[in-house]
Amino acid sequence: GDAEAMEALSLPRAGRRAALSASLPLLQPTTASSGSVWGCIQGVRGAYYIAEGLGPDRAAARSRLYSLNCLDWSLLTPATKEMLALAEQLQGRFQGDPSFEYDLAEVNAEASIVSPQPVMKEEARLIATIEQIDKEVGIVPRGAFVKTPLGSVHENRHFEGLSLAEAKKLSSYFHFTKPVNLKNKTLLEKADLDPSIDFLDSLEHDIPRGSWSIQLEKGGTVVVLRSLLWLGLTFYHVPMTKQFGYVYFGTGEKNLDLPFML
Amino acid sequence: RGVPGPGRTPGSLRALTPGCAAGRAGAWPPAVRIQPLRCSPPSGTPHQPPPAGPAPWDSQQIRRGSEQPHQDPQQAQDQRESAGQTRVRGQAPGQSQSPAQHLGHPRRAAQAAEQLQVPQLNLSPPVRHRGQGTHGPYQPHEPGYGLDQPEFSPYEDEIPDPKARMLAIQNAKAYLLKTSTKSGLNLYDHLARVITKILDEQPENTADIIENISKDVKWAQFRKKMDTLRDEHLILPTYEAAEKCKALFVKDSGEEEEEIVGPPPLPNVMETAFYFEQAGIGLNKDESYCIFLSLKNLVNVQPILTCRFWGKILGLEMNYIIAETQVREVEDQEGGETGHEREEIYEEGEREMDEGEEEGEEKEKRDEPPKSTYKPPPEIPREENGAGTNKYVYFVCNEPGKPWVKLPPVTPAQIVCARKIKKFFTGRLDAPVVSFPPFPGNEANYLRAQIARISAGTHVSPTGFYQFANEDEEEEEGDAYEENPDFEPPPVAEMLESLAAWAHHVKIILKQGRCVWINPQKSDENAEEEEEEEEEKDEEGEGQQEETGPPLLTLISEDAGIKSIPAWTAQASTNLIPEYCIAILQSNRWPGAYAFASGRKFDNIYFGWGHKYSPENHSPALPPPAQAEYPIGSEITETVDPTVEEEMAFKAAQEEALAGDDEEEGEEDEGDDE
Repeated sequence: GDAEAMEALSLPRAGRRAALSASLPLLQPTTASSGSVWGCIQGVRGAYYIAEGLGPDRAAARSRLYSLNCLDWSLLTPATKEMLALAEQLQGRFQGDPSFEYDLAEVNAEASIVSPQPVMKEEARLIATIEQIDKEVGIVPRGAFVKTPLGSVHENRHFEGLSLAEAKKLSSYFHFTKPVNLKNKTLLEKADLDPSIDFLDSLEHDIPRGSWSIQLEKGGTVVVLRSLLWLGLTFYHVPMTKQFGYVYFGTGEKNLDLPFML
Repeated sequence: RGVPGPGRTPGSLRALTPGCAAGRAGAWPPAVRIQPLRCSPPSGTPHQPPPAGPAPWDSQQIRRGSEQPHQDPQQAQDQRESAGQTRVRGQAPGQSQSPAQHLGHPRRAAQAAEQLQVPQLNLSPPVRHRGQGTHGPYQPHEPGYGLDQPEFSPYEDEIPDPKARMLAIQNAKAYLLKTSTKSGLNLYDHLARVITKILDEQPENTADIIENISKDVKWAQFRKKMDTLRDEHLILPTYEAAEKCKALFVKDSGEEEEEIVGPPPLPNVMETAFYFEQAGIGLNKDESYCIFLSLKNLVNVQPILTCRFWGKILGLEMNYIIAETQVREVEDQEGGETGHEREEIYEEGEREMDEGEEEGEEKEKRDEPPKSTYKPPPEIPREENGAGTNKYVYFVCNEPGKPWVKLPPVTPAQIVCARKIKKFFTGRLDAPVVSFPPFPGNEANYLRAQIARISAGTHVSPTGFYQFANEDEEEEEGDAYEENPDFEPPPVAEMLESLAAWAHHVKIILKQGRCVWINPQKSDENAEEEEEEEEEKDEEGEGQQEETGPPLLTLISEDAGIKSIPAWTAQASTNLIPEYCIAILQSNRWPGAYAFASGRKFDNIYFGWGHKYSPENHSPALPPPAQAEYPIGSEITETVDPTVEEEMAFKAAQEEALAGDDEEEGEEDEGDDE
């Protein structure tokens, strides 16, 4: 799984990969499960390597950790709404220094948000960006997760992978976040849905249209989806198997020019 | 195991484990008394004829399939009686294997037994009434169940009314075999398959996942039917791709070992990939190797002098793999010819326009719409092949294994336009580029323009590796560089510390879109025929300044950063092993451009979407202002409309003048008359 992912994307360098495999299992006490790589956000002077720990209930908040050298990990506290709003206003690259402070004076002048602090730390921007990326472009294949009647979300042990025909369609992939469009579906559409599997928004109606690029690589054995909104988010899935996942290798900036580029 | 397939005999019903009492479908007519299963009835009693047939079914509210969904013991009794009349003694095949229906409620059984005062006692099993002095009737759960009936021994499985029972069984089975109108399945087969699957796989907590198993069986059922179709479908895409890939690995038997003059044209892609992998950049080994092989094919097919893997540009539908090559001079001449042709065509076009104007003057009598006096700005000729932006020839393919396509040379207009637009590549070279300002060309041209920009901006080498061929030459002519044989590679630490250790070895592209500035007016002088325009243009020509840029082999430390971000980020491949680490440069202006250096080895590569980084959002160029309708001069000027007062005053003045004239005329007339 992870190996496939690394093959299809740009890899962390050999030294880093070895360090990752050495240090990720050590995260178990913190995250209640062995950490898995979320991705890497490249700053100007250094890169942040992000890992996350997944609990049995996937709908619960995930614990995230970051590291500058793949060895020492620091836990990130979940982002507050203020942090999310402020981070959206910030533009430009990450610096690579977690204690770097962004000056919010300009931002506040433009927007009407009044923030209590005059500065925002890069760490806060980091967690806000990660959550934003997950919320906007974190995807899973259809059927990989089931929702129990009690509301918790579990892995579907019966998931055997999408078929090749399904894998090429955008409607077979869901955003792994609170659904927004589900309620707006017509009754006719809802009738075809299976409430235990179809409880998330699919990618079909993402705006703008065409903000995902689907490709078959390695001779058609791996389907790779790349997000054009957050350049660097890559999702892979091997059809007819249980392997899937996504990683982010990029600069942590949203591609706001997307409508011009399509 | 002895579990038959979807058999058609009642014997197959034995496959149902005796343990399941509930959930058993059945249209067992209550009038039929079913013999309990011989194998381990859970109640512990061996087979007995349940004295009361209907009770267990009633309690479970079994549908009869067609009629009477709910049974009352009364009704059951009536039916039983009626059925009993037609009962015939005798053996019926397989009746002894009927599933146990006796697991109903003992109390009901007892009740029914009481009610059952069957007149035809000789046919129906004799039922002992309570209190007859015997120690029965035993309840089904009691060990002595059935023993109190004299006619039946514990080992006898016969049921006295086989025909009715058989009829009932057949009814039940017919119901189960009824095909669903929606899916074509029938319950009988489905259940048999489900049970088979369960017994085959023996999962844990079967009762909890029984619905899922049922669903899976149904799904598998449909899958199997379409098996042949789907197999064929699956083979095609991967098969073709694999075929192409395999073709790469086949060595031509007719290949001759040609004498290669000079260094081998084929680059060592795997070596470069190895170094970049240290940096954490690159494709996986398989893909690198396939690219290696396809480059070999390219070198064999085209007359190539040098070749280099330039990089990979991602696209929406497909990606591009790009090779940078220098081809032998045969190609250059062809390219030169087309360039000259283009200039000639342009000149002819101008002459046509002039002729058109002359014709217009002749046809003054006809009212024709005014001809446009718009002259497009002169086209800047593109650079010759082998110089400037067209120094290298680029070949692209979508995937290793697919044929290589040569990209056309780039023109300055394309570069200028490419700077203003930002579009994703689709992966198809003939796709149009819809943008404003309109891009002069299709995706192949856009790709070529971006490649030229990226090369000019990010191709670097360690300082001193290249030197000018002739140090005496002026900077402008410094297009030729060669390797410096005396180059001493600085240690890696120095490469990382200061960016002055790296230098560009590709000439920068000026604003004009060329590497070497050209005065666009010179090419037009031949075509000018009207003197006025010549004069005007000469004036403009003086106004245009010659554009210059940093010379070749500039140190990259002089690259301007973007706001507060430096243009380049330098990193070592590993901090832990300084002896063997290599220096890596990452471009911040063109995200995705990397360079590495290790001793005498260095290389550049690009993996990305093909766009420049801009901290501000991209805003497309605004449309130009509307063209002036007429030249403002003495003949035509624009003034403000007169106001009403002015008009009235003017009118009044006119009337006065007229009145004055009339009086004068009147006087003259009078004068004449006299």
